[in-house]
Amino acid sequence: MENIYLTIVLAPLIGAIIAGFFGGTIGRKGSHWVTSTGVGISTLLSLYVLSDFILGKAETFNGSVYTWMVSDGIHMEVGFLVDKLTAVMISVVTFVSFCIHIYTIGYMADDEHNWPKTSLAGRNSYQRFFSYISLFTFSMLMLVMSNNFLQLFFGWEAVGLVSYLLIGFWSVRPTAIFANLKAFIVNRVGDFGFILGIAAIAMYTNSLDYAEVFSMAPGLADTQIQIWGDSSWSLMSVIGILLFIGAMGKSAQVPLHVWLPDSMEGPTPISALIHAATMVTAGVFMVARMSPLYEFSETALSFVLVIGATTAFFTGLIGIVQNDIKRVVAYSTLSQLGYMMVALGASAYAAGIFHLMTHAFFKALLFLAAGSVIIGMHHDQDIRNMGGVRKYMPITYWTSLLGSLALIGFPGFSGFFSKDAIIEAVHHSSIAGSGYAYVLVLAGVFVTALYSFRMFFLVFHGEGPRDEHAKEHLHESPKVVTVPLILLAIPSVIIGYLTIGPMLFGDWFKDVLYVLPEHDTLAAVQAVVHSGNGMLAHTYASPAFYLAMAGLGVAWYIYVKNPAIADKVKSTLSPVYTLLDKKYWFDEAYQAVFAAGSRGIGKFLWLVGDRGVIDGLAVNGSAYSVGWLASIVRHLQTGYLYHYAIAMILGLLLLLTWFVFV
Amino acid sequence: MIADWPILSLTVWIPIIGGFMVLASGDREANATKWTALIISILTFIVSLPLWFAFDSSTSAMQFVERVPWVPAFDVEYYMGVDGISMPLIILTTFITPLVVIAGWEVIKYRPSQYMASFLIMEGVMVGVFSALDAMLFYVYWEAMLIPMFLIIGIWGGANRVYATIKFFLYTFLGSVFMLVALIYMYFQSGNFDILGFHTLKLGLTEQILIFIAFLLAFAVKVPMWPVHTWLPDAHVEAPTGGSVILAAIMLKIGGYGFLRFSLPITPDASHTLDWLIIGMSLIAVVYIGFVALIQQDMKKLIAYSSIAHMGFVTLGFFIVFIISQNNAGSGAALGVQGGMVQMVSHGFISAALFLCVGVLYDRLHSREIKDYGGVVNTMPVFGAFMVFFAMANAGLPGTSGFVGEFMVILASFRADFWYAFLAATTLIIGAAYTLWMVKRVIFGEVTNEGVAALEDMNHREYIVLGTLAAAVLLLGLWPAPLVEVMDASVNNLLQHIAVSKL
Amino acid sequence: MIALSDYLILGAILFAISVAGIFINRKNVIILLMCVELMLLAVNMNFIAFSHFLGDTAGQVFVFFILTVAAAEAAIGLAILVVLFRSKRSINVEDMDVLKG
Repeated sequence: MENIYLTIVLAPLIGAIIAGFFGGTIGRKGSHWVTSTGVGISTLLSLYVLSDFILGKAETFNGSVYTWMVSDGIHMEVGFLVDKLTAVMISVVTFVSFCIHIYTIGYMADDEHNWPKTSLAGRNSYQRFFSYISLFTFSMLMLVMSNNFLQLFFGWEAVGLVSYLLIGFWSVRPTAIFANLKAFIVNRVGDFGFILGIAAIAMYTNSLDYAEVFSMAPGLADTQIQIWGDSSWSLMSVIGILLFIGAMGKSAQVPLHVWLPDSMEGPTPISALIHAATMVTAGVFMVARMSPLYEFSETALSFVLVIGATTAFFTGLIGIVQNDIKRVVAYSTLSQLGYMMVALGASAYAAGIFHLMTHAFFKALLFLAAGSVIIGMHHDQDIRNMGGVRKYMPITYWTSLLGSLALIGFPGFSGFFSKDAIIEAVHHSSIAGSGYAYVLVLAGVFVTALYSFRMFFLVFHGEGPRDEHAKEHLHESPKVVTVPLILLAIPSVIIGYLTIGPMLFGDWFKDVLYVLPEHDTLAAVQAVVHSGNGMLAHTYASPAFYLAMAGLGVAWYIYVKNPAIADKVKSTLSPVYTLLDKKYWFDEAYQAVFAAGSRGIGKFLWLVGDRGVIDGLAVNGSAYSVGWLASIVRHLQTGYLYHYAIAMILGLLLLLTWFVFV
Repeated sequence: MIADWPILSLTVWIPIIGGFMVLASGDREANATKWTALIISILTFIVSLPLWFAFDSSTSAMQFVERVPWVPAFDVEYYMGVDGISMPLIILTTFITPLVVIAGWEVIKYRPSQYMASFLIMEGVMVGVFSALDAMLFYVYWEAMLIPMFLIIGIWGGANRVYATIKFFLYTFLGSVFMLVALIYMYFQSGNFDILGFHTLKLGLTEQILIFIAFLLAFAVKVPMWPVHTWLPDAHVEAPTGGSVILAAIMLKIGGYGFLRFSLPITPDASHTLDWLIIGMSLIAVVYIGFVALIQQDMKKLIAYSSIAHMGFVTLGFFIVFIISQNNAGSGAALGVQGGMVQMVSHGFISAALFLCVGVLYDRLHSREIKDYGGVVNTMPVFGAFMVFFAMANAGLPGTSGFVGEFMVILASFRADFWYAFLAATTLIIGAAYTLWMVKRVIFGEVTNEGVAALEDMNHREYIVLGTLAAAVLLLGLWPAPLVEVMDASVNNLLQHIAVSKL
Repeated sequence: MIALSDYLILGAILFAISVAGIFINRKNVIILLMCVELMLLAVNMNFIAFSHFLGDTAGQVFVFFILTVAAAEAAIGLAILVVLFRSKRSINVEDMDVLKG
């Protein structure tokens, strides 16, 4: 079995290395073949592993590949933990990644137009792009298959690196290289907390291995530590919150969410793969994986819940006023990530992972569909310039519709099951903040429907594109683009119904996710409904359904039925509009406080500290004071012999006097 | 038996004698001279390899020992040997020097033979510093090291080189004379200059504190620690690329090595009493210097400041051991010391690589100012890839060597105090910010001026040098176990030794 | 009978005159040289006096040494003076202050 796992991880890496180092030699075709084959192998093997788990043939695998280092009794290994959670994750990751490899062949086909003619960086950019997305797949697999915190952190940062490289892929664009720097640094703020969390774990358990740490967690549940003065903290809360700060960075939770919308500067395939389907959900995966730790701290769970709910609702609101097609989807991603976090906070880890999976499919689909529209519109991303695209791009239209319905949770679609499960779980949760979260996630359903269908109607319905030139060239995208759309549309629709049974109500995650009985909100949900059909039958009783329909209706009324009203609403609610349009001024505030602030501190320390005090006063100051002393003493040196002679005589006299009388 | 050969002497004297040969051959046959220098440096590297392969990592005793009387009148001996702490640093030295020789190949047109000779002689002397077990021998090597460096910066340096050389020389010299006093004092106490004898020398607390401060002055300047760091940016900025590489990669490590070989074992109680001072200075170095690095406009200065911040991790890792021992009954202290050691080796690779990267640009446009670049990747894609790689390593990305040491030290410092770890971990943010901001302004973006538009990508020589370092950075990042294993016994022995009070 | 003290007083007077000559004289370098010679002679006087009264000939031997050295010194001094005069066109003490700080 170990060889299979190794192959799953290494196949994309080998593809990435070949395409990266020899892309120029093997050419574009060679590159996309070699990387797609690598990821394809991984996908097939992942599905094989998953099917083995489904059929009950596979055992949980936990073994190390090699010892990274042993220091002070802490064994730091590189190894794999493959259980049912991992099997689901690797299948989702490799499947989406595979679809995106294929899609990229079409999307990046004319990438040379994105580069200045003389730029050598643009020469093999197509091959480089494939190398990067394969490298990403490798990193993400390392992250989800890890059996220890060290490798988790490796994968965690490696996906960050690839994200950095891909957001800034078009490195000649100032906005792209601003966005990638911002993404990396904001992620590093999260990693700052993450590494401290790992350090805390290493200190109290003397191990970085999941199994060992988890087995010690119950024993540490009552440990209190002092951090500031005499106030004592529960160790598990500290660890939970510190680790979650990492998740906030990676999964873009408020207030570390600012990088994700900007990351849309990258090419659309990676927005779909990295910034929607997989990497940003690493935080969700991590918290779920750490459920044996989080369960022992209600404080940490509340923290997760409140942050998640805040993100889910307030970033969703921003989505309503965005005009860039990718940014709308990006804000929707933020909001959905918030939902997943809410599920985790409510101890419904299975629901979080379930939503992660369904979301991966339909959000990747929505992004790729957006990308398809963008190709059609010749890289114009403003939805106000679009409209009526339905006629020209039928496949994109229909797949988008399916994706949007899945996103808003239309009954029967995959999003319906996962989102409803989360809302119900929060409803049954009793930890601090669950009331707040319940209200926000419910309101979020309305918002989700509103922004999704606002975009949908603006893009696909109404009058054709404003620009006549664009209209002429608008046509359906090539097969390499539409096939992945269809491939992703299928699970977007059906995966929820198919898998809700085992994942939420069955025992799929029984040995993997650890839930204390008093936190088990999913069991409470299960008391009401216990199957997919049950949920469908219960739709009429769910407030979420009516809210989603209301959102859809409002969107239809404002953007299809009576378009004039949109501007009226905008002007009536202009303060709210400005607030949302400026994204609550997070960017401006961070820019002013952190970016300008650290530059200011740096300048102060450099000019005053280094230049002024240390170099000025101490180093050169001592040199100057010697010089000053010399400039005074030099006057004694007149150059006249008779002065020296008299000085000698006087000195002699003094010495003699002293000698004689003392 | 390889271990019976005088490998250390060979590693010290081959480059020194070779250096004088190169010096004597003059500049008339410049090409032959360069080849001679390269062959000598590679030969030295090969000769030093048995130190690694024949090293017995199960013992903390000194190995490859050579001991003959040198100045019997003062009990000075020619006494050399290595343990797990000094051996990796010697290999680092012999590994970096050939790269420096290659890096200066076509670039140095003015008196190339003397340039090459300086580096060779310095290599031998630096290996001597790491292997000397006699305090006087150590001191002789220690001071001898300054001379070639003084010449390298003073002759092949930039416009403001005289200021930089004198600052460099006076700073380091000021520190080392106090160390000499301390060594002579201990000579009078123990009757010889045996460093290992000093380790077991009984000293009172006041004596220890005075000796500790004398050592601190010498080593803190070398590391350099805040607030005696200001010579480093100036020296780096003015030094030629090769000089910066040796300075950052190896000379700074001598300070860190000094703490492990002298301060901690000779004055354990003073180290314990004054550990707050070193920890404070280290944390200031990490945070304060990080902010200062952020706003530098000169690439070399930025990397120099980043070196200081990274070396802060080394001293932090060395001196948190006392607090950890108190908190945790001894467990976890080795993590800090080993982390510091790994950080030193890793910083040797990364800072060397970054200075070489700046050198690649400087050779083409003769500017180190960030504002003179922009969009370099458009004309030098391969170089851009290397630069981003090394920048990421500098920012401590897992999988590169830069991560290993930082990770270990952060893990260890958490055991000492939450806030130490908190401040140390800010480097994750600040380090990424200053390194990647520089990368953004230099490498990415549109081509900003004609100079950049006319740049040519790296040649084979540069490719070999940076490629070798990249491989080293990656190897150490993906598999640090061998390095940690080699030093394990020595570090544990050191920790046991300092756990016992001398009072 | 001339006592030892008389010789010593003479020596002291000669020495004092020469010292005074060195720092009172501000005109002529030659006078300075002569004063230095006089100083040596004053010391010689003491040597001979002690030698005679203590019955130790070593003192007279030293006088010969000193005289030899003084002669050489005078020769060198004058030679320097000649060179100095050639370059500066003056032997005025006031003009010779190149060592001024």
